[in-house]
Amino acid sequence: MKFSFSAEQDEFRAAVRRYLSDRSPTTEVRRLMATEAGWDRAAWQAMNAELGLCAVRIPEAHGGHGFGFTEHCIVLEEMGRALLCAPYFASTVLGAGALLHGASADEQAALLPGIASGQTVATLAAAEDSGRWEVDSIRTTAQRRADGWRLNGHKSFVLDGHTADLILVLARAPGSTGRAGLSLFAVQSDATGLQRRALATMDPTRKLARLSFEETPAQLLGVEGAAADALDKVMIEATACLANEMVGGAARLREDALEYAKMRVQFGKPIAAFQSMKHKQADMLLEVELAKSAAYYAAGALDEGDADAAAVASLAKAGAADTYLQTAVHAIQIHGGIGFTWDQDTHLWFKRAKSSEVLFGDAHDHRERMMKYWEGAEA
Amino acid sequence: MSTPNETEVRAEVRAWLEANWNPNQSLVQWRNTLIDSGWGVPHWPRRWYGRELPVGLVPVVEEEFKRIGAVGVAKVGIRTLAAATLLEHGSDWQKERFLRPSLTGEEAWCQLFSEPGSGSDAAGAVTRAERQGDDWVINGQKLWTSGAQKADFGLLLARTDWDKTKHAGLSYFVLNMRQPGVVVQPLKQMNGHATFNQVFITDAKAEGRMLVSKEGNGWAVTQTTLMHERRGADALRSTPTASDRQGQVYEEERKEVAIALAPYSWYPQRAGRLDLILPRARETGKIHDPVVRQEIARLLVLAKSAEYTARRARMAQQQGKPQGPEGSIGKLAASHVARAAARVHTQLNGADALLTGEDSPMKGVIAEILVSTPATSIAGGTDEIQRNIIAERVLGMPREPSVDTDRPYRDVPRNIVK
Repeated sequence: MKFSFSAEQDEFRAAVRRYLSDRSPTTEVRRLMATEAGWDRAAWQAMNAELGLCAVRIPEAHGGHGFGFTEHCIVLEEMGRALLCAPYFASTVLGAGALLHGASADEQAALLPGIASGQTVATLAAAEDSGRWEVDSIRTTAQRRADGWRLNGHKSFVLDGHTADLILVLARAPGSTGRAGLSLFAVQSDATGLQRRALATMDPTRKLARLSFEETPAQLLGVEGAAADALDKVMIEATACLANEMVGGAARLREDALEYAKMRVQFGKPIAAFQSMKHKQADMLLEVELAKSAAYYAAGALDEGDADAAAVASLAKAGAADTYLQTAVHAIQIHGGIGFTWDQDTHLWFKRAKSSEVLFGDAHDHRERMMKYWEGAEA
Repeated sequence: MSTPNETEVRAEVRAWLEANWNPNQSLVQWRNTLIDSGWGVPHWPRRWYGRELPVGLVPVVEEEFKRIGAVGVAKVGIRTLAAATLLEHGSDWQKERFLRPSLTGEEAWCQLFSEPGSGSDAAGAVTRAERQGDDWVINGQKLWTSGAQKADFGLLLARTDWDKTKHAGLSYFVLNMRQPGVVVQPLKQMNGHATFNQVFITDAKAEGRMLVSKEGNGWAVTQTTLMHERRGADALRSTPTASDRQGQVYEEERKEVAIALAPYSWYPQRAGRLDLILPRARETGKIHDPVVRQEIARLLVLAKSAEYTARRARMAQQQGKPQGPEGSIGKLAASHVARAAARVHTQLNGADALLTGEDSPMKGVIAEILVSTPATSIAGGTDEIQRNIIAERVLGMPREPSVDTDRPYRDVPRNIVK
């Protein structure tokens, strides 16, 4: 469904939106973002008990609902809209995604049901201090000792890495480079030699952590040395999913700014009556609708297994990055002085726009990835 | 009588076509047979050459025409807008006189709305029509008139009462273009083409029976024409392709389409020629320049997102969903795409972008892109008007204050046109 949603999908979206507007008002966002954990396990479990959102894209055989990226991205778009503070992206996109692409059937059967129910919060530790989510940037090593695998090294920018129960780690055989020697490991949050530190993030609604491994015991997942493809795939999916989360936030910013412009009176009329404001709002609508179309298309391309799904994911992320930030800039401008204050909510989305712009590669980076695909394809 | 269903309609039109279609006759002869049968404009009233079919069943009829290769009524040019407008607002005499020759293609039409002093503001027309006995005498100047030099009749918007307010003083006429008071001159554009014309009207005559609807109702009639123009905009933009089959009807139709399309050869260039971006980037080697790559990628993100948005809008329309915001932004998006494409074509061509015609890349096609794209953000409603429409109709923002509708139009400040 690249160009439309079914009636069932529209109803599902409406149900998620209602739930999130009840349970994640900005008062709740502000409460959680001020905590180090950044989320609340009781609220998380209630959400999963009531709506089963973590199960959306996990196969039915592993306790999930077996839906596709289109449904998963509906949830993410609504969460981006509500600015939900929860480890949903980390656990269901990155954690479950890494298992689906990198773990054996038995390992999936053991680990996915916990993620599907929300009992287990998973995340993926791929990037390191270089801040790149790519195969050749991984330096953390894995060595087989007499009593099992041990990891050594550092991971950074790990989404919800300081609170996750299950950490999926990309590490390589000592001396290996590039795609060879890269394996996927599972590390429990209480493993010896694991140190986790929450990073001070500019966007307080998206928590990141730095992890250190010192002879940390780990369980090898899937085939040794074969994790490069899995990382590529999960990052393509994460790129498309993040684009959908982003357009939800951008749409919310646009709508809130419009509502404010209609209400705010200066010079004896609502500022929405000034043509400079009308034209700005029309441009914002154009940009947000275009970014939405690309994000929906990217989700559909993953569902349909399109050959250009990776290029389209990057296209959607590049478009969403520019649009979300530009919309946030306009939204603050439209609010005027009050928009620059802490108490007004716009800056919450502004910061999410900024963190989303950079996470998993910025717009320049994704434009270049897209070009690598399109330049080869016959136009 | 019950509503006909698809199966019945398909069977009926198929049987009629099998009995009557023959490409070896004159185009006009065939179209007259078609018009008499009601299958030429099946959704029109029975009294006026139709069969009163629901519009939803028209595609079924078109499919059957396509299947057998039969040629339909004349559709190129302004004549379809003229026919639709007269069908709704015209007198019986006007319908009797004008509909059939328009459908056969024997008579051509043009639209006389825009003026030098009124572009976006079409209701600000100052061409005057004054009563003289039973007739009207017309004086003024019209602009951006496509097909005027070949038109037999024009759809004319003119001011008949200067003491009434802006919209109330307008009337709508059929103007005979073949008379001494009407002089058509091609209007040369910045890209060298002359797709449109200016029409100078000096003491031209319109008989009383050429007034469409009532005196003072011109703006409502104009709205009907413009609505059909917008509704058919996609169909008009898509190039009508004549069949390459053999037979007199086909030959004459090919000629008709070729003549109608000739002035529009630059339209693909106006939209930015996205299809040439990657091939040119490879040919010029600029595909390896990281700065140019970013610009190409920006353009592709924009263009593909716009394309996906257009398809979302079409899908919603097909599913009968209420039009969402995605349906209103296509024109504005197309402007952005065209402008961005021209920028990238310039980057790709370096110093060659200084040249034109035979000396320039692709025998002038690239140069034509660079000097044609500015039309996209103006023609058919400027970007600024589009933004106003989006803000007011989609976003529910306050309408622009009106300062010219509260007094007789003669007292409203206007452009001075020599």
